[in-house]
Amino acid sequence: MTNPNNATISTVHTAEFTSGHALQIPTLRILQDDGSLYPGAEAPELDKATALKMYDSMQFIRILDERMLAAQRQGRISFYMQCLGEEAATVGSAAALDDKDMIMAQYREQGALRYRGFSLEQFMNQLFSNEKDLGKGRQMPVHYGSKDIYYMTISSPLGTQIPQASGYAYAQKLRGLKNTTICYFGEGAASEGDFHAGLNMAAVHKAPVIFFCRNNGYAISTPANEQFKGDGIACRGVGYGIKAIRVDGADILAVYKATQMARDYALEHEEPILIESIAYRLGAHSSSDDPSGYRSKEEEELWRKNDPISRFRLWLVKQGWLDEEADKAKSDALRQEILDALKVAEKVAKPGIEHLMSDVYETPIPLLNEQLEELKAHIRKYPEAYPVTAGRFE
Amino acid sequence: MAKMNMLQAINNALDLAMAKDDGVVCFGEDVGHFGGVFRATSKLQEKYGKARCFNTPLTEQGIAGFANGMAAQGMKPVAEIQFADYIFPAFDQIVNETAKFRYRSGNEFNVGGLVFRTPYGGGIAGGHYHSQSPEAYFAHTPGLKIVVPRDPSQAKGLLLAAINCPDPVIFFEPKKLYRASVGEVSEDYYEIPLGKAEVLQQGKDVTVLAWGAQMEIIQKAVDMAQAEGISCEVIDLRSIQPWDVDTVAQSVMKTGRLVINHEAPLTGGFAAEIASTIQKKCFLHLESPIERVCGLDIPYPLALEKEYVPDHLKTYEAIKRSVNF
Repeated sequence: MTNPNNATISTVHTAEFTSGHALQIPTLRILQDDGSLYPGAEAPELDKATALKMYDSMQFIRILDERMLAAQRQGRISFYMQCLGEEAATVGSAAALDDKDMIMAQYREQGALRYRGFSLEQFMNQLFSNEKDLGKGRQMPVHYGSKDIYYMTISSPLGTQIPQASGYAYAQKLRGLKNTTICYFGEGAASEGDFHAGLNMAAVHKAPVIFFCRNNGYAISTPANEQFKGDGIACRGVGYGIKAIRVDGADILAVYKATQMARDYALEHEEPILIESIAYRLGAHSSSDDPSGYRSKEEEELWRKNDPISRFRLWLVKQGWLDEEADKAKSDALRQEILDALKVAEKVAKPGIEHLMSDVYETPIPLLNEQLEELKAHIRKYPEAYPVTAGRFE
Repeated sequence: MAKMNMLQAINNALDLAMAKDDGVVCFGEDVGHFGGVFRATSKLQEKYGKARCFNTPLTEQGIAGFANGMAAQGMKPVAEIQFADYIFPAFDQIVNETAKFRYRSGNEFNVGGLVFRTPYGGGIAGGHYHSQSPEAYFAHTPGLKIVVPRDPSQAKGLLLAAINCPDPVIFFEPKKLYRASVGEVSEDYYEIPLGKAEVLQQGKDVTVLAWGAQMEIIQKAVDMAQAEGISCEVIDLRSIQPWDVDTVAQSVMKTGRLVINHEAPLTGGFAAEIASTIQKKCFLHLESPIERVCGLDIPYPLALEKEYVPDHLKTYEAIKRSVNF
């Protein structure tokens, strides 16, 4: 019998609903708070160098976030977003990928970016939108991107990267590349139409993309229970015919294991995978947000105990791979390095006026050249009103 | 040369582009085996396989997002939006993503090579949702190129140029002309440069300007005016963004008068942009106010479509008003 509806028809003769909560997906946990493994759990294959690189990336981001939020409070940068509490989710997943797998992030995945090798100077140049910023000072702080390390430039609109990741991965497949694309987004962004569009397109066209949902409990102030009614986000994958797994996002071994499996499966079967990471956005949404208006200190404290970094640190110590004293000295040194880099980056000039018009098109259209000349003439007339560019062009 | 209608010319262009570059991939709703509801992609799946010419789920934002991703990877997606009236679910992907991809990344990434093909315009008894001309919405977004061909040979050359363009292009196809417009088309690969208007007829009294399906409308009006001794210069703008200011301005400096015709509603239509620029560039040469002959400021109607459209008679009247001012 043909099946034009693409739906299994098994017949019943009494009317009965299938529950909206019929599918409940368990959470993979490998690492306990004390740094030991859950009974029966097995650590993923992970060598010492990789494990330490993961740890370093988490520490780097934790300290960078702390310093840069302070810098924002001092008025040195205009805006900042921390990934406090989600370091394991972003670093653990990035570590399970190949260096040439494309990363399409939302905005809170600096852990993945650092793991890929984005340098402290590059972070600073972007945050200060100076002339050394790869993005030429055009986007707000934290909108990082780098072609060299396969990290797609962030855009603020939520969820737009989801169908793009499907298309990017489909292109990788057509090109015969043995690479995948990972696409990060939050549980709030999963309410956008682009989520549905992107997952459905990937499933239908068999794109080897890993959808990585960071369910961190909040979309700015809106808690997840006001965002959706189903069992998290993972079960939605099943609705699209996509394999799904839920992991404890503060458990870096679980995140690493799930992403490793997802990558292998996606490439071998040319299919998308959905990973849902359950963690907590310990910090504010951004430097412009104050969570005290919508959640309690008690709730935050409860999750603070679930710290992804200390859990991994304890595991590393148990492996005999980390010396706690040396680690502390390293963190102190890093704080200083960050401060020094910040002082350098904030003194670097802003991009030149020609970068207002470059890159709108590959070659500026005549109108843009005309507007640039008019603008320059105007600035020459009122240089004091335009101190960033005045005197810096012919 | 071969006789082709506009659909055949578009199909031929896609065929040549896919043969030339295996990064060219065509997709959209019903685009695969069926060849699109208008048959623009007819036989392409048969020839190039399902991976390079395929149906998508019914999701314009998905199509646009998928196309953005493919183009960012370096391929050349030619995505069909079945009707321009249905491009709006993709508006965010096009306006916030496609258009800004290169700029926002400081040229780390771009979506050059991406073309959205979409049938636009009325004259097919399509009512509100199969008749609109939404070019002005996109013209307001820096980073996009917008092209509208008037006949089969133009459609082929402009589409090939769009696919080969390092910037993303929205290619509006006048669906009224898909089968109605037939002409001689070279079977070879050729491109017509984007951003260049074409002067189709020299004249000295008034410049009459349009694009796409409205070209045959203004030609009819011009023929009526010529019979009364009014010498008209006829220009096909061809590209809405970037638009060829110099060609239009030179013409108006010669004729002193300008009549612009487009099917989209008057208010905020692209004629307003042209009129504003030309009055500044040609102020001392103008002999009369610039006339705009456009759609009414209402949703595109059905039963009273003839009353709505900026037809040859309305254009003819505008030409006379301009000349007799």
